[in-house]
Amino acid sequence: MLRVIPRLDIKGPDLVKGVQMEGLRVLGSPEEFADRYYREGADELLYMDVVASLYNRNGLVEFVRRVSKKIFVPLIVGGGVRTIEDIRTLLRSGADKVAINTAAVHNEEFVRVAAQTFGSSTVVASIEAARRPDGTYEAFTDNGREGSGKNALAWAERAATLGAGEILVTSIDREGTGTGFDLELVRAVADRVSVPVIAGGGAGSVEHVVDVAKEGRVEGVALASLLHYDLIRRENVESGGAAGNTQFLKSGGRFTQFAAAGLRELKEGLESHGVVCRRYGVSVQ
Amino acid sequence: MSSSVAIVDYGMGNLLSVANALERVGLGARITSEAADLHRARGIVLPGVGAFGVAMEALNARGLSDALRERIRAGVPFFGVCLGMQLLFDSSEEFGPHRGLGIVKGSVRRLPVTDPQGASIKVPHLGWSPIVAPGGAAFNPRSPLVSLSTGTRMYFVHSYFCDPIDRGVVVSTTRFGGMDFCSSLLQDNVFATQFHPEKSAETGVSVYRQWARHVKGER
Repeated sequence: MLRVIPRLDIKGPDLVKGVQMEGLRVLGSPEEFADRYYREGADELLYMDVVASLYNRNGLVEFVRRVSKKIFVPLIVGGGVRTIEDIRTLLRSGADKVAINTAAVHNEEFVRVAAQTFGSSTVVASIEAARRPDGTYEAFTDNGREGSGKNALAWAERAATLGAGEILVTSIDREGTGTGFDLELVRAVADRVSVPVIAGGGAGSVEHVVDVAKEGRVEGVALASLLHYDLIRRENVESGGAAGNTQFLKSGGRFTQFAAAGLRELKEGLESHGVVCRRYGVSVQ
Repeated sequence: MSSSVAIVDYGMGNLLSVANALERVGLGARITSEAADLHRARGIVLPGVGAFGVAMEALNARGLSDALRERIRAGVPFFGVCLGMQLLFDSSEEFGPHRGLGIVKGSVRRLPVTDPQGASIKVPHLGWSPIVAPGGAAFNPRSPLVSLSTGTRMYFVHSYFCDPIDRGVVVSTTRFGGMDFCSSLLQDNVFATQFHPEKSAETGVSVYRQWARHVKGER
């Protein structure tokens, strides 16, 4: 069964979305989006604090505590997770798994200790990769800002060996563009590790998700733009705060490169192509 | 008797989600590691994620093992989740063998690491899998799964499974690696699930809802 995982990038009080991890646009209230996705059948939810590494700030704890009161699917939380104490605090606040990137790239022992302390199934190694001119992939840190010099595939394999229970691989080149997943990257990671792989970055249509489900050898997909733009188009989801770029929303901007879809429509499309999904609303009285 | 349910805190597991789910279905819950609170509670939930041996040591050290056995035998409604289901058994082979609470006859064993064709399978069992009523028709109407259809998917994350000797306690089975393991059981006042209802969306919350009705004497 493919796990469909909406990804919410959070900057302060706002849900934001960038393109290739830059130019963050404010889209609305993360809690409202999370609530809608939960009710529309999200199998898990992924929250990333996109500036935690840059400003040395962790604002996620209160948010996680609030949403975990009403959202009863696994929550993966990441962005600036630097210490064992950070992980403990997030798990205690309602997170089920933590996604670690920058801190792990700088000190791989962090992955090992985290897995031993909390169990591999709570540790997701988040790998943000960009393609180099020679065709190899480099792992980036600090939300796509800093090249690490590490080969992304080798790092994925190493992280799994160190104890990460899952790998979240995001294509920096594709993310926010709606041009489809980087299947070569995703497949290469899935072939190198024996733990589940979640693919992120680039979905612009239901067909893209079908493609990665059938050819990517992944167990989950992380989706942002595809779902957010559909939700905005369908509903009047209020903007959550004053900070950031609200011009895009106010201008009623169109997202023409996206054949955006909601979760129900997406899962129906996947099922019609033979990809098994969790159907909800299975007779509950 | 208190109006609330006790969630046993022995230092392992995401207790908050269980408490949130119980609150959502209108059952007050107190997270506690005190045996005295178990004696006051109108129902007991034993959650848990982690290793069996470590868990039993933690329960024994806090005097909770004896209190749990006593309360269960006194007929208090009991709900074990994930590791909390496994701890009910006589023993587990996880880094073991280790003795469990001995409430349900049987043992806890490792999930298969190869399928019947010999191909290696990924452990832990992680994700959403169907729970099936034995006989395929409907779940035991005396269990909290009464309102669900057989085949409903629930969220699992575990590497060991429970094998009860009396198959009559089995409320649901789930397929993994070519075998069907017991994914929930009901033995008198003891109900337990290998899956996490508090992570299984509204279908999971409904399991707590039905159990809450039982605790309140409404069913």
